[in-house]
Amino acid sequence: MLNPYLPYPVRIDDIEIATEDKSLKTFKFVFLNPGDEEKFAYNAGQFAELSVPGVGEIPIGIASSPVEKGFVKFTVFRAGVVTSHLHNMKVGDIMGLRGPLGNWYPWDLLEGKNILIVGGGFAFTTLRSSIIYMLDPENRSRFGNIDVVYGARTPGMLLYKDELVAWEKRDDINMHLTIDAPADGWEYNVGFTPPVTEQKAPQGDDATYAIVCGPPIMIKFTLPVLEKLGYAHDHIIMSLENRMKCGFGMCGRCGIGKELVCKDGPVFTLDQINKTPKEY
Amino acid sequence: MTFVKIDKKQWAQGLATLQKSYRLFGPSKEKDYYNYKALDVGEQPDFGFSNTRLSPKAILFPQSETIIEFSLDENAADHHIMKSIETDSSPRAILGIRPCDAKAVRLVNLNFDTPEYQDPYWVKALDATTFVGLACDDPKSTCFCTSTGCGPYNEEGLDLLLIEEDAQYLAKVLTDKGRAFAEAAGWNTATDGEADIDARKATAEAKITASVSMENLKNQDLMDLHGASFWEDIAFACINCGTCTFTCPTCWCFDLQDEVHGKTGKRMKNWDSCMFPLFTLHTTGHNPRGTKTQRLRQRFMHKLKYFVDKYDTGIMCVGCGRCVSQCPVNIDIRRVCDLMNNYKTDEAACTVQD
Ligand SMILES: Cc1cc2nc3c(=O)[nH]c(=O)nc-3n(C[C@H](O)[C@H](O)[C@H](O)COP(=O)(O)OP(=O)(O)OC[C@H]3O[C@@H](n4cnc5c(N)ncnc54)[C@H](O)[C@@H]3O)c2cc1C
Ligand code: SF4
Ligand code: SF4
Ligand code: FES
Repeated sequence: MLNPYLPYPVRIDDIEIATEDKSLKTFKFVFLNPGDEEKFAYNAGQFAELSVPGVGEIPIGIASSPVEKGFVKFTVFRAGVVTSHLHNMKVGDIMGLRGPLGNWYPWDLLEGKNILIVGGGFAFTTLRSSIIYMLDPENRSRFGNIDVVYGARTPGMLLYKDELVAWEKRDDINMHLTIDAPADGWEYNVGFTPPVTEQKAPQGDDATYAIVCGPPIMIKFTLPVLEKLGYAHDHIIMSLENRMKCGFGMCGRCGIGKELVCKDGPVFTLDQINKTPKEY
Repeated sequence: MTFVKIDKKQWAQGLATLQKSYRLFGPSKEKDYYNYKALDVGEQPDFGFSNTRLSPKAILFPQSETIIEFSLDENAADHHIMKSIETDSSPRAILGIRPCDAKAVRLVNLNFDTPEYQDPYWVKALDATTFVGLACDDPKSTCFCTSTGCGPYNEEGLDLLLIEEDAQYLAKVLTDKGRAFAEAAGWNTATDGEADIDARKATAEAKITASVSMENLKNQDLMDLHGASFWEDIAFACINCGTCTFTCPTCWCFDLQDEVHGKTGKRMKNWDSCMFPLFTLHTTGHNPRGTKTQRLRQRFMHKLKYFVDKYDTGIMCVGCGRCVSQCPVNIDIRRVCDLMNNYKTDEAACTVQD
């Protein structure tokens, strides 16, 4: 019997400061035991529990992509007990990783469709995983147009900057980067994510799906924009967060109605979310 | 051998024999109430109880259970590597578990043993346990098991059912585990008991007068019930003490916590409660169930609607009455269930009248 509570041992292979205010760091892990990486096979949109022995566990979206091999990456915001402890850990430290957990963006359903990605702040982690996945030479032809609206307060608060710049230069993905206020040397959009979405995003139709991740305030103002653009509620895909412990549907705390965010989610369509109590 | 009779004079001897191969748990009197405990060698279970204050769920799902251990000593080869604890899976038996509590174990099992994930600590404990039920001839006024698909002689989840008679116990053997247990005890005097049981069962069931209606729950709209007007009223007196979830045999929510002593540490599974604000508090300070009304609603909606919709096996309550009798402010699940069951029908009736 597999023990879903027991993490795979991993070593921190690299730590990168991800934003100018140092509140986010990207951790790269390698598995200690041969074979564990294969057991951890995941899909873009899933999360894992980062498990620090003696401190606790935190659910974090997987920022690396299934097409990247040899490591897994997570970008973590310093928020409370476990995340702060993690920020103080060093390359070479040993800890645990449990997962992959939860469902993922519905890649089968999205095949042959146009994809609009709207991201805000540091909720760009599983979106990065998804973009890398779709842009992979093996996969790119399986999807239609890809549009990405991604906003942050300042240029220095955008995650994965080098990759964003590289994607800007490609012609098989339309990037719409934005920051809140003008800044020296910034050559892209200026303004909050919702209005930029309104100006730049493609119209919604049967063959176009939107994936939206961001802080609650961004979501609140982006959803009406998407509705206006013609996106049906079952074509708007979101990823929810709730406090979690087990991550596999047993401890009971992450429920929204009969759905458990950890196991039945975290990915839901707006249509599904509208049918559940707003307890997230 | 479906029925065996156990002369009360042979009871103690049988238990003593059993204790060579089983760990025995049974009800025991503490002050003015009863609880289950691990019986010492030679100690008898005390069957003079109606039901225990706490349910026996802790025998399978301890209030605090260490599941993982690790060393933080950087000199140790395996430091920071987490290892599963080998929990005790030697055979054990719960003597005198009431039919309601045995059925509750089946409901909790739906949570811990699923097609996708199995909680190995629960599954092992369940496998190791023989459930020796005690039919309930003297139900309390708070009992409503006959409404919940259970009953004072219900056999679901039991391996043996004991029926107490003057000088003997009649034991109905329900499973192979039950048969092995009776054999290990040397209880092998076959008898015929069906007719006896039927009459006693009918008498016991007739004593349960409290009932709840739940036939509409499944068809009620989830969001309508969630938004119903009665939650504030029900929650008004609730002090969020968590007694209801703590004593309930079907409540399974838990927390995971690490504890460190010197350079060694452990991870524990601890009972938790949807009645506590910390259960759902986000690190940002946002709490999706930040008010006591939201938390109380969660408890009842989970038991009486979400569970009903998800598993289609009825409500997540066996009618043991513990939460009814122990809630300090007399919040009664029977009333809440009726309110939920009759929600729209009542409102429609009111509308017609005005
Ligand atoms: C599916 C999912 C994906 C996430 N992805 C990311 C990500 O990619 N990057 C990132 O920085 N953050 C992410 N989060 C949020 C992150 O889990 C919390 O910030 C983190 O748990 C806070 O832990 P802490 O110990 O620092 O805070 P404390 O407040 O000290 O938390 C103590 C414990 O409470 C629990 N907890 C508290 N808040 C949350 C919360 N919002 N969500 C889940 N559990 C919580 C955890 O078990 C934590 O160990 C995600 C959350 C979810 C549910
Ligand atoms: S026992 Fe009663 S007062 Fe205590 S939390 Fe439950 S319903 Fe509220
Ligand atoms: S909800 Fe109350 S009556 Fe029902 S099983 Fe739990 S404690 Fe017993
Ligand atoms: S985190 Fe335990 S049930 Fe979802």
